[in-house]
Amino acid sequence: MSTPMGFGRMHRKEDARFIRGRGGYVDDVQLPGMLYGAVLRSPHAHAWIRSVDTAAAEAHPKVRAVITGATLAGLNLDWMPTLSADTQAVLATDKVRFQGQEVAFVVAEDRYSARDALELIDVDYEPLDPVIDARTALDEGAPVIRDDQEGRTDNRIFDWEAGDRAAADAVFARAEVTVSQDMLYPRVHPAPLETCGAVADFDKVTGKLTVWCPTQAPHAHRTLYAMVAGLPEHKIRVISPDIGGGFGGKVGIYPGYVCAIVGSIVTGRPVKWMEDRSENLMSTAFARDYHMRGEVAATRDGRIQAIRVKVLADHGAFNGTAQPSKFPAGFFHVFTGSYDIQAAHCEVTGVYTNKAPGGVAYACSFRITEAVYLVERMIDVLAAELGADPAELRMKNLLRPEQFPYTTPTGWEYDSGDYQKTLQLAMDMAGYDALRREQAEKRARGEPMGIGISFFTEAVGAGPRKHMDILGLGMADGAELRVHPTGKAVLRVSCQTQGQGHETTFAQIVAAELGISPDDVEVVHGDTDQTPFGLGTYGSRSTPVSGAATAMVARKVRERARQVASAMLEASPQDLEWSVGESGGAWTVAGTGASRTIQEIALAAHSNLELPDGVEGHLDATCVYNPPNLTYPFGAYICVVDVDPGTGQVKVRRFVAVDDCGNRINPMIVEGQVHGGLADGVGMALMQLMAFDEEGNHLGASFMDYLLPTALECPSWELGETVTPSPHHPIGAKGVGESATVGSPAAVVNAVIDALAPYGVRHADMPLTPAAVWRAIQGDPIRTDLAIT
Amino acid sequence: MRISVTVNGQTHVRDVEPRLLLVHFLRDELGLTGTHWGCDTSNCGVCVVQLDGVPVKSCTVLAVMADGHEVTTVEGLEKDGELDPVQQGFVQCHGLQCGFCTPGMLMTARWLLDRNPDPDEGEIREAISGQLCRCTGYENIVRSVRWAAENQEAKA
Ligand code: FES
Ligand code: FES
Repeated sequence: MSTPMGFGRMHRKEDARFIRGRGGYVDDVQLPGMLYGAVLRSPHAHAWIRSVDTAAAEAHPKVRAVITGATLAGLNLDWMPTLSADTQAVLATDKVRFQGQEVAFVVAEDRYSARDALELIDVDYEPLDPVIDARTALDEGAPVIRDDQEGRTDNRIFDWEAGDRAAADAVFARAEVTVSQDMLYPRVHPAPLETCGAVADFDKVTGKLTVWCPTQAPHAHRTLYAMVAGLPEHKIRVISPDIGGGFGGKVGIYPGYVCAIVGSIVTGRPVKWMEDRSENLMSTAFARDYHMRGEVAATRDGRIQAIRVKVLADHGAFNGTAQPSKFPAGFFHVFTGSYDIQAAHCEVTGVYTNKAPGGVAYACSFRITEAVYLVERMIDVLAAELGADPAELRMKNLLRPEQFPYTTPTGWEYDSGDYQKTLQLAMDMAGYDALRREQAEKRARGEPMGIGISFFTEAVGAGPRKHMDILGLGMADGAELRVHPTGKAVLRVSCQTQGQGHETTFAQIVAAELGISPDDVEVVHGDTDQTPFGLGTYGSRSTPVSGAATAMVARKVRERARQVASAMLEASPQDLEWSVGESGGAWTVAGTGASRTIQEIALAAHSNLELPDGVEGHLDATCVYNPPNLTYPFGAYICVVDVDPGTGQVKVRRFVAVDDCGNRINPMIVEGQVHGGLADGVGMALMQLMAFDEEGNHLGASFMDYLLPTALECPSWELGETVTPSPHHPIGAKGVGESATVGSPAAVVNAVIDALAPYGVRHADMPLTPAAVWRAIQGDPIRTDLAIT
Repeated sequence: MRISVTVNGQTHVRDVEPRLLLVHFLRDELGLTGTHWGCDTSNCGVCVVQLDGVPVKSCTVLAVMADGHEVTTVEGLEKDGELDPVQQGFVQCHGLQCGFCTPGMLMTARWLLDRNPDPDEGEIREAISGQLCRCTGYENIVRSVRWAAENQEAKA
């Protein structure tokens, strides 16, 4: 593969270190004199803490410090703000509110001793009744979980609505056909293979705090540490090293990070804390947990007229969802999806339960996953009611190209789309008609086979700062570009890769804009001392926001180069034309052959060349990109499954995915991200579940119980693409990281339900494990294996 | 306990706690951080190394069990500045994203190709089925191993 001068397939720059085992993840950080921390966690979901006795732990010869909620209270650090402006206990002082909650922190000379010492801490708990099922959280007399909040008498976090209730109700009142379906998008966890952790190093002499931490949002972490701990922000350096997968789970600040920092301040030595897998699954950000009721009104010939949704959202013990502040239900209200629906209304109630906090983590684009699942399931429920083909029903109701830019009934402005083309391509690739014929033959033989479709529209690239902020921090991203005298460039960006390949794709953006090789562009990221401010990588926002900032800063450099070139060529800047030819980018005097390459200009910009007044010299530039709108990638997915009616086993036979994410910077990387998201979809639809028993014991706290798809559950993915550029993004790109995770679960579930249609099944909740499918076939699609989820 | 372990051809003698896991011995004692750790239950496979040529999950082996044995880690794949074909294959076919599962996948792939130089897709999937990848959906890992099978002599 040769290196393109800009966009196109190229191998990743970051691979060289990873294939040699030379990546640098947080647990690889070794500092002289480093100590190790470990967290003591609550075995109860809900209990008073009567006392915490740390004497024996402190007496352990290898222990250097034991930190409790009381220690932190003395520093005013026992509670910290969450990303949703709630508060969360760093180490519990009054009560524990979920199983696995942080109670104490031990700092010792080595990993094993720190763990040993945890066993020496004696906590006296007085168990309380927990609230585990969100559906009972608002019951009269339900235990009040957040009695730390003054005046609180119940577990309600918020009531929120969007759309026009009266308009939707009016359409429903006179509709020819209405359907309704309850569904649960169960609690899942992104489970990146690297768990969370941190190394904190506080230098007492300089007052400088350095934190290595696999955070998706290093700058936001720095600012929050400054605000919460009262440390001066210029004395805090957050380094986000190589990250072993994030998927949203590494956006927030976890108590362990704060404890590591306090541990370093208290001991005067660097402290490393790494959670283990069960800690990761039990305490870090979960996703989904939406109990939804969808209703659709339509004409008898299948024209969808209105949609209503009611959601009960389980937010766990602290409202810690990482999402723009003004959107308590994230971007859930894009639930009209890809369809031309006149009226829509949704209401969402958020409640506290005795489960881990979190909420949007897991490649969900701020709850669009739930929204897409809801509407795509509802379309199939309607198709079943009408006896219509689900593909035809979608074709009939999809937005048409001439409707863009399109404003949804809940207020989103979709930037561009050409939906029918994308669905048609997916159907052609899948051989849709042939599949339906095969299905009919199989059904006649009693062999369940299903074909599931999902069409999604995403809203990514948060976001316009006048609408979107996190804890008051606007969601614009900075970029800095330096061009050295020899024409080599260094780009500094605020976002942080967790495997997305920014070191390659962002170099390609600069390369395309300046007409140089991506090999000549170094991308610096993940270190707050070395990069401009920005809000990080999640919600598929890196390309839409930081990628745009990169293109814009490169254009600034190009304009500065024009000024210098005009001095070199003794021509007016307006008479110069930019072009990128075989040999790279150059400014040329229009109508002549007189021309200077970007490298020649870079050297001249740093030389003794006489420059006109007002032209500074050098080419370096900075910019801040404030997106005018979100970008709206979309796609059509078709899944084919075979179901064994005897065992309930689902085999995903084929999966066709056509994605439209606008212009693709590096198609190889786009495809790789789609592959990963499709595997997530298969996992969520068929395997993954964070379940709890009535006492709040976590039933999915290891990879033996929380099942993730392996190479055997995944088919070979069949990908296609259409390209509808974003009209407002500088390079016409849209962001794709989460598309497949958002779009694919509905396709898999629709396929399984389609397979089960001969048994009269219209819906069953994820995950469609063999037991769940078997029960659905027996006429009992309600999950009974789990008391509660 | 005093143990002597040969890692990537070099013998290391160390005093270790009997409970020390091989993965921590490699990472913390020898500084070979290419081998990762990812779960408590031997499910994820990011810790896979070869013990006397056979892939093992080094989180499930005590360092003392490696006494007198040969361990090969991802750092030992590159020979005399030449990347192993499986390493090249992962670059060629975009077989990695975050890179966390990659060392373990490479070690298993090397073992597979040593036993079966021409594995088909199903055999590759079977071979890596005890290891997880959260980023790639496995597609490009399978292709990467196939690339290595087809380019066993590749130099880079
Ligand atoms: S660390 Fe997960 S299998 Fe070894
Ligand atoms: S590349 Fe990230 S887990 Fe495999």
